Amino acid sequence: MAPDVLVVDDSAAIRKILQRVLRQTGMDINTIHEAGDGQEAIELLKLHKPALILTDINMPKMDGLQLLAAVKASDAWRNIPVVMITTEGGETKVGEAVKLGAAGYVRKPFTADQIKEKLNGILEPVLPL
Amino acid sequence: MKLPELIVNCIRHATANVFSTMLGVEVRQGEVRTENGAPDANDGVVSLIGLAGTWTGAGSISCSPALACRICSVLLMTENTAVDEDVLDAVAELTNMIIGSVKTDLEEHLGPLGLSIPTVVFGRNFRTRSAANADWMVVPFDWDGEILQVRLCLTRTERDTRSHLQMASHACTVDV
Repeated sequence: MAPDVLVVDDSAAIRKILQRVLRQTGMDINTIHEAGDGQEAIELLKLHKPALILTDINMPKMDGLQLLAAVKASDAWRNIPVVMITTEGGETKVGEAVKLGAAGYVRKPFTADQIKEKLNGILEPVLPL
Repeated sequence: MKLPELIVNCIRHATANVFSTMLGVEVRQGEVRTENGAPDANDGVVSLIGLAGTWTGAGSISCSPALACRICSVLLMTENTAVDEDVLDAVAELTNMIIGSVKTDLEEHLGPLGLSIPTVVFGRNFRTRSAANADWMVVPFDWDGEILQVRLCLTRTERDTRSHLQMASHACTVDV
């Protein structure tokens, strides 16, 4: 069965765009789950085990860096690659994300090709392209 | 380069890049102006976002309801004829991307800046006012005759970053 993907962003518009872009990449994906913040993402992770997490950084309640830290601190989730998709281009937040174990980073605005290129290197072993 | 010129260059680059990448359209920049004090009353959609750090202020995007619907329709590939949740969310995200890109470009010159979560207002005959007490650089962009205005104000502060991150989310008020 094809794996699931979890998309985390407080903007419903970005979640819709990422749904479309992920389908356009041609990757074999089963379900794309959506969460509006890190807390919602944690609740979804308890129910599903996605092969990939795409997350924004700036979000209310629990931001993307806190989510990343929680995923990497969990024995059950730490092997799930987490890709940060955000307007934050500053080295501080990128550096923090890398230090916490982010698999990659895409800056908004993005094209479908940029997402695909970023995911190619990360996902080939888990998501057939 | 002086700060106003730098801000205008950053806004020009960020807006053109976001529109071409996310919407696949080219926008034409209009005449830049400076606003001080009470701005003109708004009719339409205004999206505000706070900036904080050693410089503090706010950025905003304003446009007509028709343009907001068009932005949403192109961004989400949907049919939007009235301002609803999807339209407000699309304008908020556009603001996040444009002002976020401006912030990233400005950080090379001004040091680290924080960005708040956008607030979107839709209505008639309302005014927005910033507590930052600085001039706003206003850069209009034309998309097939519809005008989108990108505004930014920044003022230097000596206070610590933490207190300004709290202030930035409350930097703008709205008079109805």
